[in-house]
This record gives sequence, C-alpha cells and structure tokens, in this order.
Amino acid sequence: METSVQPAVGKIGNRSGWGKTQILVLLVVVTNVFGNIFLSRGMHQVGRIVSASPFDYLRAFANPWTILGICVLIVWILSDLALLSRADLSFVLPVTASGYVLVAFFGHFLLHDHISWARWTGILLITGGVVLAEETPTRTTTGPPEHLLPGHKR
Amino acid sequence: MKWLLVAIIAVSNTLGDVLNTAGMKRQGEVEDLRPRTLLGMVKKIFHNPLVLAGFGAMAVSFFALLSLLSIATVSFAVPATAISYLLETLLAKYILGEDVRWRRWAAASLVACGVVLLSF
Repeated sequence: METSVQPAVGKIGNRSGWGKTQILVLLVVVTNVFGNIFLSRGMHQVGRIVSASPFDYLRAFANPWTILGICVLIVWILSDLALLSRADLSFVLPVTASGYVLVAFFGHFLLHDHISWARWTGILLITGGVVLAEETPTRTTTGPPEHLLPGHKR
Repeated sequence: MKWLLVAIIAVSNTLGDVLNTAGMKRQGEVEDLRPRTLLGMVKKIFHNPLVLAGFGAMAVSFFALLSLLSIATVSFAVPATAISYLLETLLAKYILGEDVRWRRWAAASLVACGVVLLSF
C-alpha cells in the first residue's frame, strides 16, 4: 500500500490527467447549479415543509421540477464522486465554488436580477479563490488515507 | 429554526464530503469517463462503507436543505455552506492528509467570505 506521507507534488497532477479532471469539474459545477435551480423551483411550488419525518417530504416528489432537480443532482453526486477519486477535496471545494459565480451571472443576465455591490464583491472573491486553487496540483496524495484503512492502528 | 437547519447542513455536508473523498480514494481513481467505467464505479460504491456513510450524511444535509428551501430563498441556503468550506479544508489537511498550503487556505477563505457576501 502506498503511503500519503510524502506528497508527490507535480508528479501526479500531470497534463493528461488534468483534461478529464477539468471535464469532471465542469460537469460537477453545471449539474449542481441546474439541479439546485430546478429543485428550488419545485420546492417553492410545493410550499412549506419542516418535518423530522421523511414521509412528509414524499409530497414534494409529485412535482415535475423537483423530480427533474433530483435527477440532475444524482448526476452531480456521481460526477462529484468520480472527481473526488482523482483530485484532492481541498482542490475540488474552491474550484467547484465557481458554481456561485455561474448562478449570479445566470440570475443577472437571464432573470435580470439586481446584483448589489456586496454581491459583486462576493463574486469577485469567489473568482479569486477559484483561480488560486486552480494553480495548485489537482492531487497531492498517493494512496488512500492510511488510517482510514481497515486494520490500521493509530 | 433557519439557523438550526443551517448548522445541520454545514456539519452533515462536511462529514459527507470527507467520508466520500476518503472512500473514493480508497476505491481508486476513475481512469476515464466511459459509461462502462462509471457503471463500474457505481457498482463498487454499494460495497464501499465510507461512501455509504457519506451518503447517509448527504441525505441528512439534503433533507435539511429541502426544509430550508421551503421556508427561505436560495440566497439564504447559500451561506449555510460557507462555514463548511473552512471546516472541510481543515479536515482535508489533518484527516485526509492533503498538502494544503497558503494558496488553498486563501482559496477556501476567499470562497467562504464570498459566499457570505452573496447573501447580502
């Protein structure tokens, strides 16, 4: 079993691996944004639900927007898992935050939402975070986290 | 009620992502994006206790988000995840053993601040 003690920076995040990782990042961002937009639209049509019982939520599944949103979010979960198999969580998190920028532009240019100065600043900060994270290698560990493997004693 | 849901989303979201990352690293890299490879990944997931536990945490996060979306707007749901950016980066470093240097800390902090500003 390979260890993750010495991060092999530069050896892993090679050019050929970056292409597929980049495609997965794009897929994760787009499915997350549209899944949530559809789901939100559905939930607003369904109305208020606050309950500890999952059965009360079944009512929401009768709405086509909710169903569409859930289907898109299933694609999101699977592409997110595929991405996490290839890249660091601390890389994936800031990079996929570009979804917030996408939501803001979508709202501004298609739905003509007003975007305040605070929100423009937020968009700028997130974009800065995405750019900074993009400059780091996609993966800095080799094997899986050792202490999470069965039989490991701390 | 809103803030309780926000806290539930942040904690379960963080747990879910860390468990999923650990599970997927243990399962092995998805080498290509062909349907056959992705189907193989899905089959393996059902025998992967870490990812299944991650799904459990995600389910809690999902139902809390549904509740929140039904009583608040999307913009209110967004800052719920702001806290988890820093928490997840911390756990990625100390539990997942990732090489988190200033660029990633700065990236996570900028995103967390940005997400908070978006709610205004």
